[in-house]
Amino acid sequence: MNELYSFIRDIVLPPLLEGTLVTLQLIVLSIPLGFILGILIAVGRVYGNKIISLFCTIYVLFFRGTPLLVQLFILYYGLPSVGIFFSPFVAAVLGFILCSSAYHSEYIRGAIQSIKSGQMMAAESLGMSRSQAILYIILPQALRRAIPGCSNEIIYLVKYSSLAFMVTCVELTGAGKIIASRYFQYTLVFAVVGAIYLLMVSVITKVINTLEKKLEIPGIG
Amino acid sequence: MTENLALIFQSLPYLLEGAGVTLGLVGGSLGLGLIIGIPMAVGQVYGNKYLASLISLYVWFFRGLPELVLLFLFYFGLFTLWGLNLTAFTAAILVLGLRSAAYQSQIFRGSIQSLGEGQMLAALSLGMKKSEAILYIVLPQALRVSIPGWSNEYAIILKDSAITYAIGVMELLTRANFIATRTYKPMPIFLACAVIFIFLTYGGVKALNLLEKKVRIPGYAYGRREI
Amino acid sequence: MPKDEANEVVLKVEEIYKSYKGKEVLKGISFEVRKGGVKVIIGPSGTGKSTLLRCLNLLTVPDKGQVYLEGEEITHAKKNIHQFRQKIGMVFQDFNLFDHLTALGNVEIGLTRVKRMNREKAREKAQEELRRVGLEEQASLYPAQLSGGQKQRVSIARTLAMDPKVILFDEPTSALDPELIGEVLEVIKNLALQGMTMVLVTHEMGFARSVANEIIFMEEGKILESGPPAQLFSNPKYERTRQFLHKISELYGE
Repeated sequence: MNELYSFIRDIVLPPLLEGTLVTLQLIVLSIPLGFILGILIAVGRVYGNKIISLFCTIYVLFFRGTPLLVQLFILYYGLPSVGIFFSPFVAAVLGFILCSSAYHSEYIRGAIQSIKSGQMMAAESLGMSRSQAILYIILPQALRRAIPGCSNEIIYLVKYSSLAFMVTCVELTGAGKIIASRYFQYTLVFAVVGAIYLLMVSVITKVINTLEKKLEIPGIG
Repeated sequence: MTENLALIFQSLPYLLEGAGVTLGLVGGSLGLGLIIGIPMAVGQVYGNKYLASLISLYVWFFRGLPELVLLFLFYFGLFTLWGLNLTAFTAAILVLGLRSAAYQSQIFRGSIQSLGEGQMLAALSLGMKKSEAILYIVLPQALRVSIPGWSNEYAIILKDSAITYAIGVMELLTRANFIATRTYKPMPIFLACAVIFIFLTYGGVKALNLLEKKVRIPGYAYGRREI
Repeated sequence: MPKDEANEVVLKVEEIYKSYKGKEVLKGISFEVRKGGVKVIIGPSGTGKSTLLRCLNLLTVPDKGQVYLEGEEITHAKKNIHQFRQKIGMVFQDFNLFDHLTALGNVEIGLTRVKRMNREKAREKAQEELRRVGLEEQASLYPAQLSGGQKQRVSIARTLAMDPKVILFDEPTSALDPELIGEVLEVIKNLALQGMTMVLVTHEMGFARSVANEIIFMEEGKILESGPPAQLFSNPKYERTRQFLHKISELYGE
């Protein structure tokens, strides 16, 4: 028992914690950037001219229609053949931002479209330009309505960040795989890896829920 | 350009075979998830406290872990520990199926709860046992209500099935990667792979929408209770 | 209206108590219904009328007290309660038709699944019951395609098909538009004339007066007074009853 404990403490945990740090860097970069890009895509789809709207539609269709892993392979293994090189970490972050933005944009678009046209009319009748109306009137309401969907998407992203390992970025899952195959201790190592993910997901869910409550406005569901 | 097209054309039969394996994975794990997910949902809504919290624990575990971690944990770890000698394909179906059961159970649970308790009360007052009421009254309606959520689950599982590349299942992406590394032409092959995935995703969702129309009850507004 | 003094007791309740979350909803309710009798329970909302009705077929289990069906105690039947419920029909305020089944299917399902009748016989009987409530034309329509009044008539047919000993009506017309109430009351009135034993909760006082042979006035979980409609309406014992009847006739008309 003592042996097991010291094996976990001295051999397993140090590389896993290093991996966790990489995972945290991945998601801390991807979550906000993915969300912001998602807002832009959604606004482009609803309010953009024909060309912008079509581009955004195809963008969403592509990134929601293909596996994230395929997207990562294109970014990391495909693009070098046309002269574009990314480090594993950058390729992973880029993939996460592009993919999650497509999902975010769908929740935000739905929320924008659920806001009554009277809001836009009232804003414009106050003399606001279209972009002012979008920025100050429509988006503040729409984003609040999109929160439940977008929160879900963020939790998904935490878990899908493990795919970074598939393009050789050694994060938590990758660190686990390496240490597990070295000592042939898959069950043990991945039980610990799993516990760390559960902890991360639980904490982030808590944070998001608190944030949701803070942003609540009476009457906007 | 023509060179690339020729490569795609040559690889197509091999890739499509992979798409077949992908669909097998999806069908198997969706089916497994359905078979386990329905009783789980029923247990969570109608079961006693202990059963309900046991199921919640299961759901929490399988929804909280990345698929990749589950694949490694089960395929390299637990299945070997339990002395199961499974092919990567079978192991992938089991893991994806057990995981999907957690998600599907929450779809069905939501549908059951959306029906309102009046349906159960009316069935009981006719003299049905609780189990009969669930079987004849609650589930036929709940499953219909679940179809949109379920077609979403299809799209998710389809895309998640690519992750079984990590344990060497010979599905679409694994094959694409195989050709890419042999020919040193990754771009056209991965793009072709992406296009096939797009067809499978949207084609499947469309087919499920047709199914929904077919079993739709005239005038019945889903998700909303009519009084 | 058939005289029921000499008839046997179909349903009897003794000293029913029920609390929800520490609040006592029913505080010792007792009464009996004889064959062919029609009891109407009236009283302000929130006084436990619906809870009482649900205690009668054990959809809600009372904390204390007994329910007897034809002399047999069913309060603690637990596992076999579904067998007794076949004999106690219930009609709900919001109909609770099974939304995935047609009108005919709704009437049939109790026969095929509970009474295990064969399909043809069940269909025949279901059609007959729909005819009884004047809806044979609507047999193939789904609940969402029916008007509120039609839905309620289907739900009555669904209950009738089980050949119940007694039917409980929980505000059967409260969810209906005013112009649809008449058709449902008409059906219930006919059942009374045919000698069906019934317990009704309703706010339709004119209807209660014409159909009941006893009115029970409930307030705050207790029976304040009861008696034949003529007596209760024209000469109530308590001022509270008079006030209630006055207010309700202002609200709903006679």
